[in-house]
Amino acid sequence: MSPVSRGFRGRRRPVADPSRVPPGQYVTADFPVLSAGPTPHASLSDWTFAIDGAVDKPVSWSWQEFTALPAQTITVDIHCVTKWSKLDTLWRGVAVDTLLEGVTTPASFLTAWCDGGYTTNLPVEDVRDGRAWVAYQYSDAPLDPEHGGPARLLVPHLYFWKSAKWVRGLTLTLGDRPGFWETYGYHNRGDPWLEQRYQGD
Amino acid sequence: MATVRELIDETPRCRSIRLEPAEWPGHRAGQHLDVRLTAEDGYQAQRSYSIASAPEDEGLVLTVERLEDGEVSPYLVDELRPGDELELRGPIGGYFVWEDSAAGPVMLVAGGSGIVPFRAMLRHRAAADRGVVPRLLYSSRSVADLIYREELTDLAASQGVDISFTLTREAPEAWPGHHGRVDRRLLADVAWPSQDRPLVFVCGPSAFVETVAQGLVANGHAPDRIRTERFGPTGT
Repeated sequence: MSPVSRGFRGRRRPVADPSRVPPGQYVTADFPVLSAGPTPHASLSDWTFAIDGAVDKPVSWSWQEFTALPAQTITVDIHCVTKWSKLDTLWRGVAVDTLLEGVTTPASFLTAWCDGGYTTNLPVEDVRDGRAWVAYQYSDAPLDPEHGGPARLLVPHLYFWKSAKWVRGLTLTLGDRPGFWETYGYHNRGDPWLEQRYQGD
Repeated sequence: MATVRELIDETPRCRSIRLEPAEWPGHRAGQHLDVRLTAEDGYQAQRSYSIASAPEDEGLVLTVERLEDGEVSPYLVDELRPGDELELRGPIGGYFVWEDSAAGPVMLVAGGSGIVPFRAMLRHRAAADRGVVPRLLYSSRSVADLIYREELTDLAASQGVDISFTLTREAPEAWPGHHGRVDRRLLADVAWPSQDRPLVFVCGPSAFVETVAQGLVANGHAPDRIRTERFGPTGT
């Protein structure tokens, strides 16, 4: 139990549906930007997206091929480990299920890798069954580079550092390999509903 | 838990809080921590703050800027009194840190309260008395908004830290520093040259960090030598 902070009442903002806000989060209308380095600016003519690693046959798409894949429009709530949540965000992208169609793999994990060197790890089951996308539009416009454009991973049921910006591929792995923030003290899985922010949570 | 020992007004909007934690595992210069506040009815709010004190300093210091529409910062800046208890979690983060082992030139670029983690780094460096001479570029709205001005000036004198200030809104007539926002030209003037491959830390509001990081890359700095920490909202 946390002791009461003398004189603290909070500035609670009415939230239409508090059941949508995970513990320790507050709802913001902004879209804050957090990243560990400069924003990369990829050229679409060189851009590719790859599925590689422990797969029978690696696959890769050019930008043109990727954006011709069957896409979905998704409205989801997103939750950042720095405590903000943003409700009803609108994205368009390709389901990871679609990308993994036709890929045979014994892997249970994957590493998303990105322009700029960022990585994050995920269990494969967290990106299957309509729970993850590679998104290239936000609010009906091309995804801004500061927010991860041309394309970012979107895994809204986990803290948003798992939704890697500037993603260029998924490497399937037999073992679990902690990614960038996961090696700097953040939780390996990052479920906001279990408040898995940091190692040990 | 930590006990508030001292409150220091740094600027009209910023206050330093010296804390005595019941337990603290130690931290590295540049790391942050979470503060959690609890209301009488059990409602809680938590936010992250950079640590302003060096690992070897006595006590733990936070410097907090009041955000007018904020929830935690107005309490920390306006309500908190010596003797109060604060619930802390940390230290957090391991990338935006100045390691002891970091060799070679270091460049720090701060916007507003982005100076806070750099105070920890500069104090740590002064305590370790290492050979690496850091350079600091600090952008602030006005002289009144400069945090740690005296301490930074002293560091410049005693430790040979090369500090450049720039003011973006009001500057006094005899202001010896720079005027205006940080741009590529100012970065080229004051930063270690890109050929020296300095390790560059940039901390400040999102738009500031974005501009500075892009300017550094345009000036030839390798993206993998630039570490950023951003705070505050951006437009949607």
